[in-house]
Amino acid sequence: MHQYTTDMYEGMLAETVMVQGYNGDAINAYFARPLGPGPFPGVVVIPHMPGWDEWYRETTRRFAHHGYLSLSPNIYYRFGHGSPDDVAAKARGSGGVSDDSAVGDAEGSLRLLKSLPLSNKKVGVFGTCSSGRQAFLAACRLKGFDAALDCWGGRIVMSKEELTPKRPVSPIEYTKDLSCPLLGLFGEEDENPNPQQVQLLDQELKKYGKTYEFHMYPRAGHGFFYYDRPNYRQEQAVDGWKKLFIFLEKYLGTTS
Amino acid sequence: MCTGIVETADVSGSGKGPNGWFKLEQVNVSYDHPTDAPLEHALNIDFVNQKDSPSSRVAVELSLESARKLVKAILIALCQAAPAAGDASNSSTDAQAMEAKRP
Repeated sequence: MHQYTTDMYEGMLAETVMVQGYNGDAINAYFARPLGPGPFPGVVVIPHMPGWDEWYRETTRRFAHHGYLSLSPNIYYRFGHGSPDDVAAKARGSGGVSDDSAVGDAEGSLRLLKSLPLSNKKVGVFGTCSSGRQAFLAACRLKGFDAALDCWGGRIVMSKEELTPKRPVSPIEYTKDLSCPLLGLFGEEDENPNPQQVQLLDQELKKYGKTYEFHMYPRAGHGFFYYDRPNYRQEQAVDGWKKLFIFLEKYLGTTS
Repeated sequence: MCTGIVETADVSGSGKGPNGWFKLEQVNVSYDHPTDAPLEHALNIDFVNQKDSPSSRVAVELSLESARKLVKAILIALCQAAPAAGDASNSSTDAQAMEAKRP
């Protein structure tokens, strides 16, 4: 795991860029990368439903700090611009981001990261909550990711009644197509996904012989990484981040 | 949208957002993660004009108990307003309002 020592040079560039996403649309994205020649592995950081918000910008920089080319596409771009919560609310009122759109934006981000001369050509995909679900979908429906990180992704297991034109397939149905190793972090007290739903996904992954690693944290519910929300759980969050970076290093290679 | 619980209704009226008053045309009621309220899930109400920019929004995030109190208060006010306005068209709403008036 990337260990910082006080004698190291450290630098980072973080800025807004444009990326070609779903349907060939140009959307904006937040790109953070370590300074230096690389090569560096990459991570696509899909924002959650509260929006393309400050926590996601910080998380994008966090990946860069740990040595990753980190790109967070604004999957809400097509709903207009404003404060992240206003834009997310508009998306919610319009039925949310379609699965095709989220996967298309992840694909464009993957393509951009792999095309960079700084890239070691290994890229993971990360998401929490609704974007944990989208990260799982992207890892199933696309070829090219080398690791997927699903943090408490809700509604990977959906009933027929929950399906909509924008979400026409329950993501668990795609499990057989999962194209890379998967890390799942969940809380025992979460209601969405609840432990039974996580168990169903676990069984499906086993059935198809997929490489995966699930961690179910006691005394944690939904969103236990979010330090600015009441569900933050310090001990579980610290351990979860540690497991996440070990997993990335295992499947994306060491950071420079 | 984590829970997927969203109900929408067409409404008419005005709302005051960060840029002043604007015409309302929709209300979105969801039960999902709030942005500011210190709750895992909240009853979120967004009065919006979906045709306008995302900032054309009047937002509240309520606990379930608060949301029920709001519903009751609206129904009671409607119960009093309907006769005064000569509005006999919403008998079901009035019946709910009468029910809501009970302690």
